[in-house]
Amino acid sequence: MHIFIAKRLLVAIPTLLLVSIFVFFLQKLLPGDPVMALAGEERDPVVLAELRERYGFNDPLPVQYVRWVVAAAQGDLGISLRTGQPVLELIAQKLPVTIQLAIMALAIAFCLGVPAGIYAAVRKRRFADHAVNFLALASLSIPNFWLGIMLILLVSVNLQWLPASGYVSPWENLGLSLKTMIMPAVVLGTGLSATLLRHTRSSMMGVLKSDYIRTARAKGLSGRTVVLGHAFRNAVLPVITLTALLFGELLAGAVLTEQIFTIPGFGKLIVDAVFTRDYAVVQGVVLCTATGFILLNLVADVLYVLLNPRLRSQL
Amino acid sequence: MTAPILSVRNLTTAFRTEDGWREVVRNIGFDIRAGETVAVVGESGSGKSVTSLSIMRLLDPHQSRISGQVLVNGRNLLDLTEGQMQDVRGNEIAMIFQEPMTSLNPAYTVGRQIAEVLTRHKGMDRAQARTAAIAIMERVRIPNPDRRFDQYPHEFSGGMRQRVMIAMALAARPKLLIADEPTTALDVTIQGQILDLIKELQAEYGMAVLFITHDMGVVAEIADRTVVMFRGDQVETGTTDHIFRRADHPYSRALLAAVPALGAMEGQAQPLRFPRVDMASGAIAPLPPMARPVDRSVPPLLSVQNLVTRFDVKAGLLNRPVSAVHAVEGVSFDLWAGETLALVGESGCGKSTTGRSIMRLVEPRGGAITLQGQDVLALKGAPMQAMRRDIQMIFQDPFSSLNPRMTVGQAVAEPLVKHGIARGKAARARAGELLEQVGLSPAMMDRYPHEFSGGQRQRVAIARVLGLEPKLIVADESVSALDVSIKAQVCNLLMDLQERLGISFLFISHDMAVVERISHRVAVMYLGEIVEIGSREAVFGNPQHPYTQKLIAAVPVPDPDRRLLRRNTPIDELKSPVRPLDYQPPKREWREVGQDHLVMV
Repeated sequence: MHIFIAKRLLVAIPTLLLVSIFVFFLQKLLPGDPVMALAGEERDPVVLAELRERYGFNDPLPVQYVRWVVAAAQGDLGISLRTGQPVLELIAQKLPVTIQLAIMALAIAFCLGVPAGIYAAVRKRRFADHAVNFLALASLSIPNFWLGIMLILLVSVNLQWLPASGYVSPWENLGLSLKTMIMPAVVLGTGLSATLLRHTRSSMMGVLKSDYIRTARAKGLSGRTVVLGHAFRNAVLPVITLTALLFGELLAGAVLTEQIFTIPGFGKLIVDAVFTRDYAVVQGVVLCTATGFILLNLVADVLYVLLNPRLRSQL
Repeated sequence: MTAPILSVRNLTTAFRTEDGWREVVRNIGFDIRAGETVAVVGESGSGKSVTSLSIMRLLDPHQSRISGQVLVNGRNLLDLTEGQMQDVRGNEIAMIFQEPMTSLNPAYTVGRQIAEVLTRHKGMDRAQARTAAIAIMERVRIPNPDRRFDQYPHEFSGGMRQRVMIAMALAARPKLLIADEPTTALDVTIQGQILDLIKELQAEYGMAVLFITHDMGVVAEIADRTVVMFRGDQVETGTTDHIFRRADHPYSRALLAAVPALGAMEGQAQPLRFPRVDMASGAIAPLPPMARPVDRSVPPLLSVQNLVTRFDVKAGLLNRPVSAVHAVEGVSFDLWAGETLALVGESGCGKSTTGRSIMRLVEPRGGAITLQGQDVLALKGAPMQAMRRDIQMIFQDPFSSLNPRMTVGQAVAEPLVKHGIARGKAARARAGELLEQVGLSPAMMDRYPHEFSGGQRQRVAIARVLGLEPKLIVADESVSALDVSIKAQVCNLLMDLQERLGISFLFISHDMAVVERISHRVAVMYLGEIVEIGSREAVFGNPQHPYTQKLIAAVPVPDPDRRLLRRNTPIDELKSPVRPLDYQPPKREWREVGQDHLVMV
């Protein structure tokens, strides 16, 4: 097991390097000059040149890149051009907000999608299956921003049940934190739940057709034990991998959702940074996201192996 | 006479199809008493498995409709609720299935899966169930049951998994065991052991056994009475003795006549075609043996010397090879034009890898392969393509080896086009001719593989390779998946083609009875090595190596007098051909028993 994890971590290093190269150079290709953004109203060429020199924008690109990567490897992601805060500090501030949103959204997606997927598979091609599939298709087709705005209108403006925006840390006030976050999490989670449902359903249908399920039924086990005990344990494996992959989609969705509900999270951080050409922040955020994505997939792979005895014994 | 354990009356099962309900099993009726074995025999599509699943009510109730009566202890199972039925399944009636490899849940230990029956039906707690499960594992002779209780299915061989299935089925001491083709997927020596075990446990527990099979040899060995099914109808029921000796229904006679029987070739010099059997009337017309003698005075078409193929087993941080599977080890043989050499042996013995190594579908590690004087292992580029034209391969499963999105005509024409032999209209015309050569109508060219039966698909696969005019066809278990009557027809087709076109066959098979019929010479493989090779008469008539003898003795013979036979072969788990990297294969010595008949010492 240790060797397996070590191997996967070693593979992650070149992946991260590739990501860093990609992010760094792609950004340089974008039109716009960060110095201009920094200088604000200032247009004095001497001041601009001085700024350029101070932030190292005059060095050749490879030198700039190496300097950045070496620093990043030591945990120094540079300083935000706009606010002057260290990028790591900014990330540390905003990340927990988005993680809370992501976890709540995933929890909602899982609690809706997986049981509904199992139910649809068991009731294959009957009314319940068709109904569940229709709902899934509908929630996949409804854009996040529309659902978000409609929910705000209904729940916050008309009914005044929940706050329409803002953020409260769960450490400060758990109840209020959940209350402010539930609506964005629902918006983000429904689309994902539909994806999870479709995959759970097809994975489950495949497993229900297998010989060992027939064996389990021939043993006289109840339908419940057969489905939840014997079938789900095998059907959940591909769903785990999928969930890790959905993380990317989750983040993309978070960018939009955070805008709608004006949540000061990761998504908002990156959008603001891109608009102001805050290179250091964009690079830092993307690198951080990529690392998170790779780690999450590692966790999914480890889980997959732990739940699959055939792979476990090969370690 | 005791009351029957199970009485089936007028059992009719229909499946929901697009055109309404279609009956797949009609008016089945039979009784089974305690201690008795009834076999249900028939070809694929005869409805024998549907019958057993109907009795257990394991068919999807929304897709199927079962009528009639299934009486167990005076209760009609068809009247029970699903909840009541769950108390019957695994408790009063237990079932084992064909595919031991897929019939166990891969996510749970085998012990847990056996113990589950006991906690479910006998109200035991986990500790009691564990003790009882280990006892039953010991009873079905799984070695080290204490340790193996906590192992997962993938750590068991096929034969051992079937023992686990039997342990699971018998854990609650059912009155009736339904065994649906329980030995079909197993190697022949393992099959003998499992049949032994079932007979033994039946005698001990006094249970009734309903045995579903397509294999008349197995029927003869195990059944007291036999039900013959044909396309959903029960055509004949009687004692096994009666069915085998004086069957009334023509189909029963035809089914028996089509069975390749080991030992039927004594005194026959040339390979012999199977008799033509009309399945409807039961009329049997013998066909002539092969007329074309093999000329062994010329150099052989294919010569294989000391072939070695190994696969690395990799592990560790850097994925370094830590050991190797010695799939083929020092294999040597010659094959002449117009000759059939059979490679026989059990799964994992390296017979398929040998075939694939010769075509260089896998790269051998050593040895020499000469095809018509050409060094096959040195070929590259265009000559390699030409070699692949001369050696063609047909596989076991004709369905998965034909592209489902290509019409049969396209599939047959494809190799012609790829190798630049013909294109467009000419390729299509040639494809028609080829289909005709294998006994199909050229009018079928525009149909898709799923519209053909298994036997027809195998004919298409043969037509496909014939287009390249190969000198040698490697037939890898090509008839193993076919029903007996179809198997005979396809074998006859191969013999016809050999006689007409002088093609050589490397016939890879585990089916000794078919091999005896079709081959000129036979090589027996065990753990990657040929242990005995010689003419068919010599190997079958005078087997010298203990493994050859074991293999031949294990084949079920369709003779009801063998019903009380117990083989009592020792149970050994399959030996593994995985060796450490520095392993030096022992020097092998050969003894010449007769002319051309070599045995490993």
